[in-house]
Amino acid sequence: MTVPLMPTVTAPRQRRVAVSSRRLTLLAMIAAAVVMSAARLISDNDNLTSEGTFGVMVRTAAPIALAGLAGLFAERSGTVNIGLEGMMIAGTIFAGWWGWEWGPWAAIAGGVVGGIFGGLLHALATVTFGVNHIVSGFAINIIAPGVARFMAGLLFVDENGTGLEGGSISNSPGLASPIGRFTVPLMSGGDLFGWTTPDPLRWIEDTGWFVLADVAGLLKGLTTDISLDIILAAAVFVASVYVLWRTAFGLRLRSAGERPSAADSLGVPVLRYRYYGMIISGGLAGFGGAVMVLFANRYQENQVGGRGFLGLATLVVGNWRPGGVAAGAGLFGYFQGITLRTNPDQLVLALLVVGALALGVAAVYAAVRQQWVPAIVVAVIGAACFYLYLRTERPNNQFVYITPYLVTLIVVSVRGQALRPPAQAGLPWRKGMQV
Amino acid sequence: MNRRLVGGLAAPALAAAVAIAVSSIALLIAGESPVTTFREMWKTIDSTQSVTFIVNNAVPYYVAGVAVAIGFKMNLFNIGAAGQYQLGALLAAAAGAAVTLPAPVHVAFVMAVAVVVGAAYAAIAGILKVWRGVNEVISTIMLNYIAIGIAAFLLAEPLRNDSSGNLAQTRSLPASARLPDLNGVFETLGFDFPSGVVLQGFLPFAIALGIGYHLLLNRSRFGFNLRVSGANPAAARTSGVNPKRMVLTTIILSGAIAGLIGMAPLLTEEFSYGDQFPKSLGFTGLALALLGRNHPVGIAGAALVWATIERATQRLSTLGIPQEIGVILQGSFLLAAVIAYEVVRRRTEAAEARAAAERTPDVPMTEVAAAGAETGGRAP
Repeated sequence: MTVPLMPTVTAPRQRRVAVSSRRLTLLAMIAAAVVMSAARLISDNDNLTSEGTFGVMVRTAAPIALAGLAGLFAERSGTVNIGLEGMMIAGTIFAGWWGWEWGPWAAIAGGVVGGIFGGLLHALATVTFGVNHIVSGFAINIIAPGVARFMAGLLFVDENGTGLEGGSISNSPGLASPIGRFTVPLMSGGDLFGWTTPDPLRWIEDTGWFVLADVAGLLKGLTTDISLDIILAAAVFVASVYVLWRTAFGLRLRSAGERPSAADSLGVPVLRYRYYGMIISGGLAGFGGAVMVLFANRYQENQVGGRGFLGLATLVVGNWRPGGVAAGAGLFGYFQGITLRTNPDQLVLALLVVGALALGVAAVYAAVRQQWVPAIVVAVIGAACFYLYLRTERPNNQFVYITPYLVTLIVVSVRGQALRPPAQAGLPWRKGMQV
Repeated sequence: MNRRLVGGLAAPALAAAVAIAVSSIALLIAGESPVTTFREMWKTIDSTQSVTFIVNNAVPYYVAGVAVAIGFKMNLFNIGAAGQYQLGALLAAAAGAAVTLPAPVHVAFVMAVAVVVGAAYAAIAGILKVWRGVNEVISTIMLNYIAIGIAAFLLAEPLRNDSSGNLAQTRSLPASARLPDLNGVFETLGFDFPSGVVLQGFLPFAIALGIGYHLLLNRSRFGFNLRVSGANPAAARTSGVNPKRMVLTTIILSGAIAGLIGMAPLLTEEFSYGDQFPKSLGFTGLALALLGRNHPVGIAGAALVWATIERATQRLSTLGIPQEIGVILQGSFLLAAVIAYEVVRRRTEAAEARAAAERTPDVPMTEVAAAGAETGGRAP
């Protein structure tokens, strides 16, 4: 790319109070716990932080987190992957097919394989042929649903047009068998060699103590009746962080996205590493699709429903870091999970209290740093949220639907200058180029 | 000129060959004969009825393609066309049903609302880009989903037609806000339509839009600035073009045209906005702008090809052939075309660099090659 068209935007003002990022994360987590707990008490809605709500959050967050991680591998290796959505769709059709034939673990393998097809196609277009990354990604997003429907017609419908075992052109038959589930013993009452262990978290949650009960609800949601694909996903997530930041392979992969010429001069085969990045990215996105298939117990058309783009959003909100991606996926998964709970209306109202309190905390934080204008703006919006909570009786769930996208838009607008994507992500590189 | 034309057509021809090959393989996997399939497809489109259908469908595709192309011309990805036209069509449908006006004014009013809404919604992405440096790809993707949420919210209650039962849709536009068909015009020219075949009335607007787009780009100062900003941002800035203002104007213009995307279905076919309204025209526009290389005639050709494939595959399922082969044909054509365009572009650029190097013997060859390589991967 030549000189950017955008003029430089003025740098943010010097901060008065310097806080290390680790301390900031800790502070943010404590603030989040206090806000959620206070909102639970104010709105008198225990479901805001109950085990059930967090249990659903885990299910809805996992595909988003995997999509975000897929985006992370792609962009860290230098390729912008707008095609995540299409790769997830490719994952769902393969997962539905293999899962129907051979069971849940085959579904995961199928999802990975399907996603890798998408990743390889994107790599071929962008790395080998130098096609603009966004163009190629969108082409994949346009192709994938068509291919999925074509395959579904071949696989799940017989010659006469009748569905096989309940399948149709828009959904697969049910999986051959459900995937196993696991509850952690001694924490959430799981079995240990046939002995049903006590369930201390349930007891703490039931006390309703400030903050403690809410944290117990979160922990219990994370450790109760979790299906094994989610546990595998979590393990893959942790392993990915290790691979990216603690191994030679990860360093080379990231160097291909940050400074390909420098990497090249040290003997890193940049293009090959960009291929590796896209293969891993496609595989992870397909895994995300498989997780959705395992949740629904079958492939369904339009099942992915924008989660690839949400994964991309977690990447931006999370500043191209795995911890940020996980946090973003948790947040977005929470919002999606809310709409799946019974009686979501009351929960949506309670979310307004959460919003009001969170904005209040943000206003205080800004005021401490003597950023008066943002502090006042944020405080006013927070007050408006609380006013809405008091005045509304039947909320519209669409506001929950758009919240993740709104949050992303606000984060890129407000924190845009602090975000740091990989330097060369999205730009073509060929041997001999000096970047 | 002639060489340019041949070069320009070589890439799409190559892409078409690849698309046909890929689809044939898919058909063989499905156990169908590609020859029979393509023969049946040809039979389907070989009728006045089919040609009318194709033109009718190509019209909104064309508008969508032009809306996206104007952004592409200066490396802006207006992925938000989807959200801009959906909100535009929804609010235009609701506003049009709410007022009483004489016929031509009423139609103009509906279109004006759609244009203003599309432009205003696009302006959000434009302002965020020039004011906060937010990449328009990210912001317009988010704005698309926000638009879907807003539309669902508005259709759930405020703008819903209470007498439409379970269907969430706006009230129907009155007759004065509907565009008449073009059958009469063509019949006076000695053209016969079979009964039930209607050439819809938005076609002249689409043609006017294409001509306007051509004139704006190639015959106006703004168009010149726009093309320069896209081709060489540094040169544009040096010559006094305000980049911020160009970005903002172009995004708003793209959004204004995007507002018109939904007008063909709204004013000639659906007459209300609801669940049944076509929702995927934005992404189709993206594909068509890419295929047509942002050229007013190229996009028209791409739109016609797109609609032709859709029509041709429509009756395949009655023969037991999966009609989804159409999407595979479209998708492989698109991907093969963008790759072919890029390969051709690189080859021409390398040839130009070589020719330039021969003219100036002092510059070492490696520098020329590097200079050529650095311009790679621009937006189409």
